[in-house]
Amino acid sequence: MKPPKFEYYKPATLEEALNLLEEAGDDGKIIAGGQSLVPIMNMRLASPKCLIDINGLEELSYIKNEDNTLKIGTLTRQSDVEQSEMVANVCGLLAEAITQIGHVQTRNRGTIGGSIVHADPSAELPLALLTLNGSVQITSKDEVRTVAAEDFFITYLTTDIMPTEVLTEVTIPLMEEKSGYSFQEIARRHGDFALVAAACHMTVDDEGLITAVRLALGGVEAIPLLIGDAEDILTGEQLSDSLLAQVAESVEMESDPESDLHASSEYRTHLAKVLTKRVLTQAYERARG
Amino acid sequence: MGKHEIEVTINGKVYQEEVEPRMLLSDFIRDVCGLTGTHVGCEHGVCGACTINVNGTAVRSCLMFAIQADGQQVQTVEGLSNNHELTDLQKNFIECHGLQCGFCTAGILMSTEDYLEKNPNPSSKEIKEMLSGHLCRCTGYDGIVKAIEKTIEERNQSVLS
Repeated sequence: MKPPKFEYYKPATLEEALNLLEEAGDDGKIIAGGQSLVPIMNMRLASPKCLIDINGLEELSYIKNEDNTLKIGTLTRQSDVEQSEMVANVCGLLAEAITQIGHVQTRNRGTIGGSIVHADPSAELPLALLTLNGSVQITSKDEVRTVAAEDFFITYLTTDIMPTEVLTEVTIPLMEEKSGYSFQEIARRHGDFALVAAACHMTVDDEGLITAVRLALGGVEAIPLLIGDAEDILTGEQLSDSLLAQVAESVEMESDPESDLHASSEYRTHLAKVLTKRVLTQAYERARG
Repeated sequence: MGKHEIEVTINGKVYQEEVEPRMLLSDFIRDVCGLTGTHVGCEHGVCGACTINVNGTAVRSCLMFAIQADGQQVQTVEGLSNNHELTDLQKNFIECHGLQCGFCTAGILMSTEDYLEKNPNPSSKEIKEMLSGHLCRCTGYDGIVKAIEKTIEERNQSVLS
């Protein structure tokens, strides 16, 4: 339960970090909060030869609302986002998702960017980012590029990010219309990885007709899964039991969860359907306010 | 892969030591500095026994490398009491039977002090949510919650009077 040997660097600037990362090549790994990386190093599931610690790069820690877009620096601690009144006001879904990550003590150190690049299939932040149609800014020595959440996650613990790149910012478009949201998960114990998590963001017009909806699930596939059918089924309609049943049915068709020690594939599918109904119902109620 | 010299302030005392990068902060505190009040349980951030305070925030010391604490302010359970006088929270743990074997206690005290500073009036549910980051294998959570609630009550009364 002790990590293997590694070289340690603590760059003072992002530029220095990118240079170190390029020199280290495949042996290099960025450490931010370390709440996912250090456990897997302690268990020797990962053994990076060179750790580049970006905790000194304070300029990567911020929460801003610019042009109706929420911008969060990669090094921002999860607890800072959790306690941000601004985030609670403009992006309730993110605020609700964050409280379900690990525990207070791990959120105090865990970062926004770290959880997203780690890309655990049942993690809260990747799911929230996908549901909110967010994107990430990725920086290397040569360029800064933006990748939508829909294209960022590739498979288990694997994203579009290259060994010489750093995720530097998370952006989430904000909606002005009447909108509602819901983020719910089921875990064996509070703070454990979710067996299944579901998130929904929805806008509704004055007649109660759904004008836009995004529904996504975590823990049912290798990456967070957007249920595209939900939009087709629900847009222009009032939420009803029969429509909920239709969406739940397409969730069953679209997802194929794996069985493991914690839950069978059948049970995960069952949870996915139950949580789908719950988040759609709550998001609709909140949108109607 | 040589050693690095680091300087960490723990409970007000400066420790200047040479460490390998892979040394966990929990091991540094216990084995190098001799402060064995911080306990080590799971070493992957689940049990909460090793929780300490770094720069004013409760974190897991098994999920930080000692080298990352270079230049930082650390407080461990040894740093809570003032001149060997236990804090109100510590006294209430004794009074409310908030500890049995005591293995989880140090971590819980460090989390609770930080939590109450930021949330002086949490509900029972919020206290339990905060405690969910700690495992007590004696399963004595009831006494722990009571000790914390009693401390909150007493602190509120002393503010009023």
